[in-house]
Amino acid sequence: MLEINNLHVKLEEDDKVILKGVNLTVEAGKVHAIMGPNGSGKSTLSYVLSGRDGYEVTDGSATLDGVELLEMEPEERAAAGLFLAFQYPVEIPGVGNMTFLRTAVNAQRKARGQEEMSAGEFLKVVREKAKALKIDAEMMKRPVNVGFSGGEKKRNEILQMAMLEPKMCILDETDSGLDVDAMKLVADGVNALRDAGRAFLVITHYQRLLDHIKPDVVHIMADGRIVKTGGPELALEVENNGYADILAEVL
Amino acid sequence: MAVAQAKQDALAARLAGLSLPQGGWSAPARADAQARLASMGLPGKRDEYWRYTDPTTLTAAQPTPAALFDAGDETPLFDGIDRVRLVFVDGVFDPTQSDDPAAAGVEFLSAGADIHWAQGLYGVLEARGQTPVARPLAALNTAAATEGVLIHVTGRAARPINLIYLHKSESSDAILHHCVKLAPGAELTLLENGPAAARFNKVLEVEVADGARFHHIRAQGRDHERRAVTHIFARLGAGSLFKSFTLTANGVLTRNEAVLELTGDDAVAHVAGAAVGDGDFHHDDTVFVTHAAERCESRQVFKKVLKNGAVGVFQGKILVQPGAQKTDGYQISQSLLLDETSQFLAKPELEIYADDVKCSHGSTSGAIDETALYYLRSRGVPLRQAQSLLVLAFLAEAIGEIEDEAIAEDIRARLEAWLGRHGG
Ligand SMILES: Nc1ncnc2c1ncn2[C@@H]1O[C@H](COP(=O)(O)OP(=O)(O)O)[C@@H](O)[C@H]1O
Ligand SMILES: [Mg+2]
Repeated sequence: MLEINNLHVKLEEDDKVILKGVNLTVEAGKVHAIMGPNGSGKSTLSYVLSGRDGYEVTDGSATLDGVELLEMEPEERAAAGLFLAFQYPVEIPGVGNMTFLRTAVNAQRKARGQEEMSAGEFLKVVREKAKALKIDAEMMKRPVNVGFSGGEKKRNEILQMAMLEPKMCILDETDSGLDVDAMKLVADGVNALRDAGRAFLVITHYQRLLDHIKPDVVHIMADGRIVKTGGPELALEVENNGYADILAEVL
Repeated sequence: MAVAQAKQDALAARLAGLSLPQGGWSAPARADAQARLASMGLPGKRDEYWRYTDPTTLTAAQPTPAALFDAGDETPLFDGIDRVRLVFVDGVFDPTQSDDPAAAGVEFLSAGADIHWAQGLYGVLEARGQTPVARPLAALNTAAATEGVLIHVTGRAARPINLIYLHKSESSDAILHHCVKLAPGAELTLLENGPAAARFNKVLEVEVADGARFHHIRAQGRDHERRAVTHIFARLGAGSLFKSFTLTANGVLTRNEAVLELTGDDAVAHVAGAAVGDGDFHHDDTVFVTHAAERCESRQVFKKVLKNGAVGVFQGKILVQPGAQKTDGYQISQSLLLDETSQFLAKPELEIYADDVKCSHGSTSGAIDETALYYLRSRGVPLRQAQSLLVLAFLAEAIGEIEDEAIAEDIRARLEAWLGRHGG
């Protein structure tokens, strides 16, 4: 589904190179995890895939179902089925959470040539999904992420994902800042979406999220590259011994 | 103080172009206004109060012609609201296009009926508003206006009154002077919309008696080349409420002054504006709020969205007089600059002579939040729609000052349409 080949990325502003040849393939129906030390380029990878400004791709490609992503506008990537749950969800004062969600859902439908969801239908679906994530009606009325706690912001990201039903979901440290109960809610939200036509790329530091969202493949990223790929046992190895052994082995 | 010869000459030239009304109940007020005007002269570029806005075209003997604007078959603003429509074409009341004014208790300045309740109001609040800062264009209005509505509200008005200003002549020079008097406990919503004329000078005097409530929502029309100077003078009695909101879209020059005086305890005065300008657009909000009683609340909320060299100005003052304890004053003026060629000039002022007051003011100027824009787009919202959402979010606090949700929705829809036409 997602195929990243030899991706090289530097900052637009200066010559700092962050991604130094990332190769990664995520198949439909699978959950891949990326672990790696802070600063290794995990968030940068997710931003570049979703189309954030400020980065320059100097080499390589990234395709979603065979279509080149890197040429598209961020909204086109979203309409093509890509979704990024942000490590730091953005606050938007003055835009109601409900308005935001509805605008997004209908914009994507429009881009795909589908009919807009009626207000009634939308409300019904959003209520049901919000309830599962323990997001109350009051939170839906507030401006997007403004005054939300860390955990509320992360749950709000998962709600957006559930509403938009993307086929390629990237979760950037969605577990950081969550207590055990909130993590369980988030994991349940993700697991509910797992199906044969959808894939996940879960960026995390901790095994604990992977206890709830069982990965098929685990990658270790260091210094802008995927340096090791393995099964779920790789995450356990990191949990027990840290990155030092793995990095020493590959370098 | 002697007025400079140049100013005298300019005033003489301006007055020469007008046929001043004679006689009638308003004659003494007009004579007083002429005397004030003679002592002040017309405003000039060097006047401190006109530092950011050049008054030349507003004071010139003749108006600069303004091309007419065709809004196509667009539904008129406020169309969904059950209201009394009173239409002025280039500053002249047109009964054929209007609803029955008498049924709504509306009288006209042009009628000149002999003894009139408006005698205690016409030019009176304007005169009070001349200190500490001179507002000669308002005095000129009082001296020269031949048209305007006089509304004396004694109960709760059944429907809003909508003054609709059509602009049909490229060289029209309209002067309108309206007086609204709300008896104790009375309530009225006044709506105004349209460009009015090539050049428009309007004064609205509002006396809000104890416990009365006045809501004012206006939209200054889209004719690009029109010029307008407007003044609102309001005096608030105890426990009364005054709320005014203005939407301004387009217009080469607009100066909106609001002079509000809270004279009874526990009064509430809010004045707000949302202005959107693209290109040749100069918009000036000048506000002066005087707290002269205890426990009053005032809010000034002004937001401007500017692009392609548009200029926004805000001069706002809160004056708290001795003894006006427990005053709650708030003032915010902000601009969203959509490019680097646009400009926002702000002069917020506080002057406080009481010790137990709460006053805050803030003024900012900024660009659109790129991170928020990316976040919206990453959820599939197209660039222009995302920009539009963020611009409306920026304006939300000002629009939030409109109490009636149907009217607020109408204003929001206009803004969205404008943003759609002007590229987000
Ligand atoms: N916009 C930016 N400006 C400056 N440095 C950046 C920027 N984005 C990323 N970096 C740098 O690139 C490296 C990778 O960052 P990031 O992708 O956030 O890593 P991770 O998510 O793995 O912790 C870090 O050294 C970080 O400081
Ligand atoms: Mg990161």
